[in-house]
Order: sequence, then structure tokens, then C-alpha cells
Amino acid sequence: MVKHYLEFEKPLVEMEREIENLKRFSRGNPLYFREQLKSLEEKLHRLQKEIFSNLTGWQITQLARHIDRPKASHYVQWMCEGFVELHGDRNYGDDPAILGGMARFNGRPVTIIAHQKGADAKEMAYRNFGMPHPEGYRKALRLMKLAELFKKPVLTMIDTPGAFPGVGAEERGQAEAIARNLRMMVVLRTPIITVVIGEGGSGGALAIGVGDRILMLEHSIYSVISPEGCAAILWKDGEKGKEVAAESLKLTAADLSRLGVIDEIVKEPLGGAHRDAEGMARILKEVVERHLKELEKMDEEELLSLRYEKFRRMGTFIDDGGT
Amino acid sequence: MTWFKKDEEQKEKREEPKPSDHLWVKCNSCNEIIYRKVIERNLQVCPKCNYHFQIPAQRRIDCVADPGTFIEYDVNLISTDPLEFKDSKRYPSRVKESQEKTGHKDAVICGEARIEGQPAMIGIFEFNFMGGSLGSVVGEKITRLIERAIEKKSGVIIFCASGGARMQEGILSLMQMAKTSAALAKLHEARIPYISVLTDPTTGGVSASIAMLGDVIIAEPKAMIGFAGPRVIKETIRAELPEGFQRAEYLLDHGMVDLIVERKDLRHTLASLLEMLKLES
Ligand SMILES: [Zn+2]
Repeated sequence: MVKHYLEFEKPLVEMEREIENLKRFSRGNPLYFREQLKSLEEKLHRLQKEIFSNLTGWQITQLARHIDRPKASHYVQWMCEGFVELHGDRNYGDDPAILGGMARFNGRPVTIIAHQKGADAKEMAYRNFGMPHPEGYRKALRLMKLAELFKKPVLTMIDTPGAFPGVGAEERGQAEAIARNLRMMVVLRTPIITVVIGEGGSGGALAIGVGDRILMLEHSIYSVISPEGCAAILWKDGEKGKEVAAESLKLTAADLSRLGVIDEIVKEPLGGAHRDAEGMARILKEVVERHLKELEKMDEEELLSLRYEKFRRMGTFIDDGGT
Repeated sequence: MTWFKKDEEQKEKREEPKPSDHLWVKCNSCNEIIYRKVIERNLQVCPKCNYHFQIPAQRRIDCVADPGTFIEYDVNLISTDPLEFKDSKRYPSRVKESQEKTGHKDAVICGEARIEGQPAMIGIFEFNFMGGSLGSVVGEKITRLIERAIEKKSGVIIFCASGGARMQEGILSLMQMAKTSAALAKLHEARIPYISVLTDPTTGGVSASIAMLGDVIIAEPKAMIGFAGPRVIKETIRAELPEGFQRAEYLLDHGMVDLIVERKDLRHTLASLLEMLKLES
């Protein structure tokens, strides 16, 4: 059973409860209720399909931030073996908002770098809701250099509301830390795969997102500003405005695919990743393996020139000539 | 932080009774009312407190480039409307307004010039164009500028003045941070010097890419420089911000910029740095 649900998930949860109850009630006489149960389950499936094929930008935003949505540590656990967490930026401190380390992915060692939001209230507070400080980005940088040195591919997972806006963060150079990562990732001499698993919040997300492949889970979002932030600025009415903003910002996986920013949308189990977290990890593992195999075939020069071209192309404009 | 202009703020400004608006200017820093001509003659710097006002791109060129040496590039790059973005106005009509206001097609002017004889590729953000926000055109023009610098082996100087990303271009605006940083990575590998000059204000996505990637980072006195906006930080931490927070002098104290240079000394400082930094051939 799901622990938390969103408003638009309510009819599904109610129907699931009904099915649960019927199952319990029918324990003595399963044959008698079989038909009824089957028709209820079909109905549930239809309803799920209907709701999930017509999601609004705001509903997808809510799913991307769903408290039960699998976090980075879940994927590390279910897609990798032998994870060894590595801490610290060797300069100031360790930032728990960034999870980093080495693990085996289908046998081969990889470097993992991810935003970790936290799975419950306690962990969320500890992880600062996945909002890194500069030392988090500098830890990421250090681990990417480590990956380059020992020729291991890098897997990054994006799930953050954004870089933390605080006094210490500014004093220690939040902008510099993000900027340096962007410049360094472009020329890192090892394959980089980036997956947006939940919320991709602006520069704080991009700072670990300059990859050879950028993948997005079906119900994740990636945006230059949060719908709330955008609404507060442009529509003033933050409550009503956030829904309009979520639509206007074109922040869903389908939007980003259309805009040519991402390489692949990773299908989620029906009802979203939080309904079948292990299933989601299985699907993602296959997709990542496929891309990793492609990248491993390339030599360094090809890899780097394709990566440069990928970001060089981004954006739309009209060139009316002249020098 | 993202570029914006709140309608409310605009209204407040409009309602303020300022009959002699064209003749007098209020200093953003010391609040002194000063005769506009005095400020203009003083390179847009407050004579009382040395606050460096924003300066139109063309005047910036006049301030640093040797007379007659500036050649503009990519004048005719024009933004599209990839998101079909509309709030109270459509994005294309906001662009048009800014074009009429500034006489430029978008928020950055790029070209080559000489500074005390030193050849340089220079980019200048025009803050009056949608807050100097980083849209696709800005990203492309800066990228081309850097690629030309690599081709011609001449140093790059970018004068930043920006509120950050351009919301109306959504994720494509964010990706301009990666795109320009990629070009700067190439410049770095080619060992060609890049000097960024941070002017008031340099925040958000521009600070977290172009601005902070200078081999040498210069700030103008009292310029506001930061990633997150002070209002957002205040709301997040629910505490007062330290005195002078996110100002150039504060960043210098925290080791985030190399030096603060007054506008009148900028030309000479840039020229001598360019000359000393470049590889001996
Ligand atoms: Zn003053």
C-alpha cells in the first residue's frame, strides 16, 4: 500500500483499498469472488492509464517531488553492487546533499555522483533536502577527477530543488563551484551518463548534469526555475500561478525531448516510479547499460568532441547574416 | 536567480513624483540626488560614494576600447520563441520592447577591439535588455566570440551585467550555461587568457558560468555579485544578511574575485593583464 498520495492519485488509492478489502474478505472462498476481483483490477488498470496519460505539468511536478518517489540511494542499492561511499571535498567539509562513491554496475566499477533528497523527515533534514552547498559540488568535482584518473565511467543522478541559497553557500562561492563543474565536465576524459530521477532544479542540477547522455525518467522535471518561483515573479498569485507556470516552463521529459535537450525518456511503471520502485530500478538499469555500452566503444577524442557538439548545439535563434 | 521586473516595482517607480527625472539621478548606494550630467562626465560613477552605475554597452566600449577599433560581430542573431511563452505579455513582444529601448537585438554585444594596443575579443552584457538575461542568442554570441578568440589567439574580456537566466526560454536558457562553459573550456585548453569583469549586478546563471570562470576576475566597486538573490536567501534562512553581503568588496574579502578596479582605471588594468598573461610566442 502507498503511504502518501497526491490529490489526483486519490481515486486509484480508493480503488486499491477496495481490492485489498475484497481480497481479505474473500479469503475463505476465493473462487466465488474471482470474477469480481478480476473486473475490479481491470477497472483499476484502465483508470490508472487514463489518469497517467493526461497529466498536467503541475501534476508531473508533484510526481517528480513525490515523497515516496525512489531517491538516488535506492537506485544505487538496486542497480549497483558493493557501493563504497566517499566523502568530502578535501577543502572545507562533506556535504550530505551530494551522495558520491564507487560501485559496480553490471560488474564494471563506476563512479556515482547524485543529489540525495532523503527518504524520510530525518534524512531529509540531514541531506538538506538535496540542496547542495559549494563543498557538495567540489566533492562531485573531486570524484569526477578520480574517475578520469582511473578511467571509470561516471553515473550522475539529478534530484534537487536547486543549489542552497544561504549566506555560507554564497561566501564559499556557490556560483564558482557550479561554474567550475560545468567547465570541467565538458572536458572530462571519461564517459558521463546523467539521469534526472526526480526534480532537476536549475543551475544546482546542471552542475552535475553535463553528460554524454542525459536521460529523464518519465515523470521527472528539469527546469530553469521552479514553477513556484516563476509564478511568484510573473503571475504573483503563487498558488494559482504555479500550475500555469508549470505548463509554461515546458519542464517535463516530453517537453525536453521535443526541445532537443535530452537523449531518452525512461518509461516508468504504470502509476509512477513510487508504485514499483524495484521495477523502476530494473528498467533504468537496462537503459543505462545500453548507453554505457555505446559510450565505452568510443575513443576519448570522439567522446569529447561529441560531448562538446551536444552542448554547442543547444538553443534556438535566427541568424540574419553579417559577421 | 532569474531575470525579472515586477510590475509592482515598475508602478512604484512610475508613481514617484520626479519632475526633473531627466536631469537628476538618485544614487543606488548613497541615495544622493546628483545632476545627471555630472555622473555622465564621471563615467557613470557617483562622485559622492564611488558607486558604479550600470553603463550602456556602447559607453562601455568607449570607456575601454581604443577609439575606432571596435568591430561588432553577429549583430543579426535574433531570438525565437521556443516555449511560446506568455505571461502578461508574449515573449516576442518583450524582446521587441527591449530592442526598441536599447537599439540592440539582444542582451549581449560582442566584437573585437584593441585596448591600449592589445587585441581582445570583448563581450558586453546590456542590462537594459531584459535584465541582461542569458537566452539562446546571448549564449550563441558568447560561444562564437570565444571560438573566434581561439582561432585568432586573442584574449577574451566579458563585461557581465545580468540577473541570470531568461525564464521565457526555460531549459534552453539553463543550457546556455553549459554551452558557454564548454566554449570556455576550449579556450582554457588553448591557453588563451579570459578576464571577466563583474559589474552591478551579476547574479544567477551568469554568475554560475561565464562570470566565475575568468582566469582573472575583476569586479567594479560595490557591484552586487552572487548566485542566489538576497531576497530568496533572506526568505530561506529567515535571518538578516550580513553588512555588505554579496557586494564586490565582500567577495574580495572572501577570496572570490581577484581585484576591484575603478572604471577610470579599467582600460589600463585590462591591457596590462592581457599583455602579461598571454603565452610567449
Ligand atoms: Zn553614491
